[in-house]
Amino acid sequence: MRVFNITDKTSEQTFVCRENEYVLYAMQRTGIACIPIGCKGGGCGVCRINIIAGKVDFGPMSKAHVSDEQRKNGYALACRVKPRSHLVIECAPNLKARNK
Amino acid sequence: MKKGVMRPGHVQIRVLDMEAALKHYVDLLGLIETDSDESGRVYLKAWSEVDKFSVVLREADEPGCDFMAFKVVDEDSLIQLEKDIVEFGLTVTHLAEGDLKDCGRRIQFTSASGHCFELYTDKKYTGKWGLNEVNPEAWPRGLKGMRAVRFDHCLFYGDALAETHDLFVNVLGFYLSEQVVDPEGNRIAQFLSLSTKAHDIAFIKHEEKGKFHHASFFLESWEDILRAADLISMTDTPIDIGPTRHGLTHGKTIYFFDPSGNRTEVFAGGDYNYPDHKPVTWKTEELGKAIFYHDRVLNEKFLTVVT
Repeated sequence: MRVFNITDKTSEQTFVCRENEYVLYAMQRTGIACIPIGCKGGGCGVCRINIIAGKVDFGPMSKAHVSDEQRKNGYALACRVKPRSHLVIECAPNLKARNK
Repeated sequence: MKKGVMRPGHVQIRVLDMEAALKHYVDLLGLIETDSDESGRVYLKAWSEVDKFSVVLREADEPGCDFMAFKVVDEDSLIQLEKDIVEFGLTVTHLAEGDLKDCGRRIQFTSASGHCFELYTDKKYTGKWGLNEVNPEAWPRGLKGMRAVRFDHCLFYGDALAETHDLFVNVLGFYLSEQVVDPEGNRIAQFLSLSTKAHDIAFIKHEEKGKFHHASFFLESWEDILRAADLISMTDTPIDIGPTRHGLTHGKTIYFFDPSGNRTEVFAGGDYNYPDHKPVTWKTEELGKAIFYHDRVLNEKFLTVVT
């Protein structure tokens, strides 16, 4: 099984994510707390991130929080992305989610 | 039930992936699939319900709740309710018989809190699932997962709680069963009922309109809640909080998420009301205890994670 390093640019923390594991789930499993945890189902938008470097596979996410255009520009919900390479990410809460 | 609105009838929930959603609502929660339609919607019910469906799942790009419906006692009441809703100042939309399979005509309107509600009188009566109508056994065999007994209520997040209270109490005939009041006397949570149940619907104040907090399903006992928690772990399902007890309603509860991030509750017990009961009041200073009676602290997720 391949594993990848996920690095949060803001906190400079790195955790290991398995190839078939969602990034947020790996963060929680390894005891790191750099991304806020919400519904863990792609619905609430709390764990929105910007993928600065690396490749991922996307699972279904609410378009209310990540539009097709935003997804092309590297935005995603951490609970719905699986790494295909080492990743560098940063939290990117949208205004709607932050104001809740 | 002063205006003829009888009980919760159904809720239509948007999901990102129908196959994953059915694993949650059928295999884990224990609802029974009763039908599907040309548009891909899937119809579900809990075993003790007498009508054909109480949950409708619709695949969409954004999770959340399309609408919650209440059953009305008869056509005359429905006609009067429509007049009253229009007079109250809301726009009413008509949906023809059969728009939802085996359901009669429905009327739809949106509350000031930004949520869509429906009223209807007719839905196919299929009886309790797996039981004979005469000499029924205690429960049907072959139920899955948590063996949910019935769809019970929804909690919605939104603003304009006072206007929404006015609609539900003065137009639709609900009564206020429980409330949370801030130091200035403003209601920040309102639990509304048509029956002796502690709530048939609830609202909590939130900046954004039209948000869905959870759909709730009844289980019989604390032991069933613990068993539900075991199943949540066995299936690695995201959990919100519990098993615990609410201060509000005093129900025993656990919250978890469907694969699209919509929150589900299963609960047991809870307070009852008769018409001579005063509303139960909690103060915002004790909000933690009001929501989670044992921890006495609100988890951030309960206030911020909605679809």
